[in-house]
Amino acid sequence: MTRAIGDVILDVQNISLSFGGVKALTDISFDLREHEIRAIIGPNGAGKSSMLNCINGVYQPQQGSIALRGRTFRHMNSRQVAEMGVARTFQNLALFKGMSVLDNIMTGRNLRMKSNLLLQALRLGPAEREEIAHRQVVERIIDFLEIQPYRKTPVGKMPYGLQKRVDLGRALAMEPQVLLLDEPMAGMNVEEKQDMSRFILDVNDEFGTTIVLIEHDMGVVMDISDRVVVLDYGKKIGDGTPGEVRGNPDVIRAYLGVQH
Amino acid sequence: MLTTFPRLMRDHATQRPDAPALREKDFGIWQTLSWSQLAVLVRELAGGLAHAGLQRGQHLIVVGENRPRLYATMLAAQSLGAIPVPLYQDAVAGEFVFPIVNAGVAFAVVEDQEQVDKLLEIRPQCPALAHIWFDDPRGLRHCDEPGVASLDALVAAGRHFNAAHPAHVDTEVQRSRPEDVAAMFFTSGTTGHPKGVVHTHASLIDRARAGARFDKLTEREEVLAYLPLAWIGQNVFSYAQWLTCGYVVNCPESSATVGIDLKEVGPTYYFAPPRVFEALLTSVMIRMEDASAPKRWLFRRCMALARRVGPAGMDGQRLGLPDRLAYGLGNLLVYGPLRNTLGLSRVRVAYTAGEAIGPDLFTFYRSIGINLKQLYGSTETAVFVCLQPDHQARADTVGVPIDGVELKVGADGEVLVRSAGLLKGYYRNEAATAEVLSPDGWYRTGDAGFLDAQGHLKIIDRAKDVGRLVGGANDGAMFAPKYVENKLKFFPYIKEAVAFGDRREKVCAFINIDMEAVGHWAERRNLPYAGYTDLAQKPEVVELVRDCVEQVNADLAADATLAGSQVTRFLVLHKELDADDGELTRTRKVRRGFIGDRYQVLVDALYGGRASQYIETAVKFEDGRSGMVSADLRIADAKTFAAVRSAA
Repeated sequence: MTRAIGDVILDVQNISLSFGGVKALTDISFDLREHEIRAIIGPNGAGKSSMLNCINGVYQPQQGSIALRGRTFRHMNSRQVAEMGVARTFQNLALFKGMSVLDNIMTGRNLRMKSNLLLQALRLGPAEREEIAHRQVVERIIDFLEIQPYRKTPVGKMPYGLQKRVDLGRALAMEPQVLLLDEPMAGMNVEEKQDMSRFILDVNDEFGTTIVLIEHDMGVVMDISDRVVVLDYGKKIGDGTPGEVRGNPDVIRAYLGVQH
Repeated sequence: MLTTFPRLMRDHATQRPDAPALREKDFGIWQTLSWSQLAVLVRELAGGLAHAGLQRGQHLIVVGENRPRLYATMLAAQSLGAIPVPLYQDAVAGEFVFPIVNAGVAFAVVEDQEQVDKLLEIRPQCPALAHIWFDDPRGLRHCDEPGVASLDALVAAGRHFNAAHPAHVDTEVQRSRPEDVAAMFFTSGTTGHPKGVVHTHASLIDRARAGARFDKLTEREEVLAYLPLAWIGQNVFSYAQWLTCGYVVNCPESSATVGIDLKEVGPTYYFAPPRVFEALLTSVMIRMEDASAPKRWLFRRCMALARRVGPAGMDGQRLGLPDRLAYGLGNLLVYGPLRNTLGLSRVRVAYTAGEAIGPDLFTFYRSIGINLKQLYGSTETAVFVCLQPDHQARADTVGVPIDGVELKVGADGEVLVRSAGLLKGYYRNEAATAEVLSPDGWYRTGDAGFLDAQGHLKIIDRAKDVGRLVGGANDGAMFAPKYVENKLKFFPYIKEAVAFGDRREKVCAFINIDMEAVGHWAERRNLPYAGYTDLAQKPEVVELVRDCVEQVNADLAADATLAGSQVTRFLVLHKELDADDGELTRTRKVRRGFIGDRYQVLVDALYGGRASQYIETAVKFEDGRSGMVSADLRIADAKTFAAVRSAA
């Protein structure tokens, strides 16, 4: 692979997050380099999704800071984060089931629509030109994800594996610099996982998008990620290349347990 | 007047420069390439190929789905007097080795990464293969294998070359003569290595024109190109006839969107092998089963009417006023919308060939007002030998010999053909050429058949497959395996069938169920199943298949000559027959001998009277991995019927 891993693009420093007395994350630090695929792994309840939610502004951590391209923020809402080029997909899909694939992906263009509601409703000149430009981007994504046969199919009628692809498509429509994927392969069969892995690698390769990925399937994680962060009970217990992480005794203990 | 394909293309570009030549759906929109744009593209590609060293008489392989630039590449190769060799895009890598080595191919133009990967995989076995160009750069941006480049690069190189040598391509186009070799098609071959069928510009153009005259094709036809380029049928309908008639060829977005694209394009001239028509009908029937009761009732009533009066109407007979009115109403309520749903509402002429078509299937399409006809031909005859005239289409014949065809039936029942469209020979295989081409120009088709009283050709089976039963109740009776298999396959629940019986005392069969149709049937009955293998062995499914087999037997009993071919025992196979496992040819014909050998234990169990048989089979998956499928197969008996002697 010829893509060059660049400088640090996202720097997470000493993040702690608690809900009342429950400590979801304790003092987590890691960084993300441009163009890399970074996996976050850990057992159920380890705090992986909470971590993603902190990064894209859904949760406000009590302590610590997150810096995106040098801009530090502690209190930012998800819209502001999205405007800074961070997109995400969801573990339990958050698509509009009754809308077509095309319209769902089009919603990902929302932040980039300039014309106001009135112009759009009346289909006046500039709004129409803008719509065509957005449609072009959406069509490229449809082509990229190979979902042409379903363009006009309501998302709710599609098989789960394809819905996951649409979810990815909508995130891509934002043309993000950083893409957060929350268990993109949960509930998929082997073939669907292979397809999804290929799409993730292609996104990374073709668009140079930096990717943070939560995944349970160790085979997939080890195959496609450049570096892996391991969480357990809200604490970071490992960080490094797949090879390093695999040999880490703490990680082995968290995943396989130890004999007492 | 005889000519060559590049000259035909240039004529269109001069006479109707802005008329559309090709359309391709790209990013959701149909993009048009006019004849003049095509001419420019072809000239640039030809320049690029010349620059890379492609010379007169050399071969170039083309692998991929129907893409405008692959069509342009074939024209570019022909412009230089080189010979394009389209290969099946779904073939596994190993299958490319023989054609490439056989013809010493150094140049390849392919669609995408998938094909590039396959060629790179076999490169060590094909040292001559120096250049590979790809149309779609996706996933290949960082490919630095020597000799692999994009078609864009080839076009750019061509521009430079043409600027430096402005006359080269044009001179080469003028140098080509009609009797020069135009293309080579590898026949999938049910045994041994494939054979390269060599055709000249003259032979292809002669037949393309004869077919066009027969059906009065014009430049206003719309055609959807969705079958493999390597198959001569596709090549004639969307290349040879495209260039002779000058109509528009539409390339679908991908193989998965063909159904949608068919509807959007609304072709006027349509060609499909029976399996495509069968799949279309199956999808309609499945959707009808799910429709509400009033709709189902309406559909049943209208289809009953269509079956009764539709075919007569298509045959040009005058219907009585009540029938005309009722059919008109049916057309408004059911047939018209159905044709539209199928994407066939503008079809003026539709053909099916390649395999025999089930009579009910054939009648279904004709009865709803689609002018579906059959034709007879093969790769070696450049397709057009026999065609059915409008109003004379029959399910059991394949039409009359058309313009320029002489046809006779040999002493052993084999059909012999002589025409200007015959192959020049098999490539570097004089023995095989001599076997099929007699010195006085007759081609042995290998099909057993006869001309009926109306002069229509009727094909029974492959001449070498027609066998005899030996011993038992029907000693000496004729056994036509394909005839039996086709009857079985007409049931929507049965996808493939393989009949055994030659030199045996009775007929037995392997059945492949149609996963979609039977799966749906099972779901409606709340019958749980885990996959194909599990579903195939459900007692209910075996019963379902038994019903089908017994209906076929009843039907066969009515035919005195084939009454002995009734299926006495059968089993439902544990895996779907697949071309990747060598069980089907790439055109999806069953390789009976191979299957018989591979599943010898099952054949023995059928004839040995066993009630079940355990089997384990290695299978190859699409991604190249292999695995095992095992099952304990039930073997069932089917009722047979006494032959009905016709009164005459």
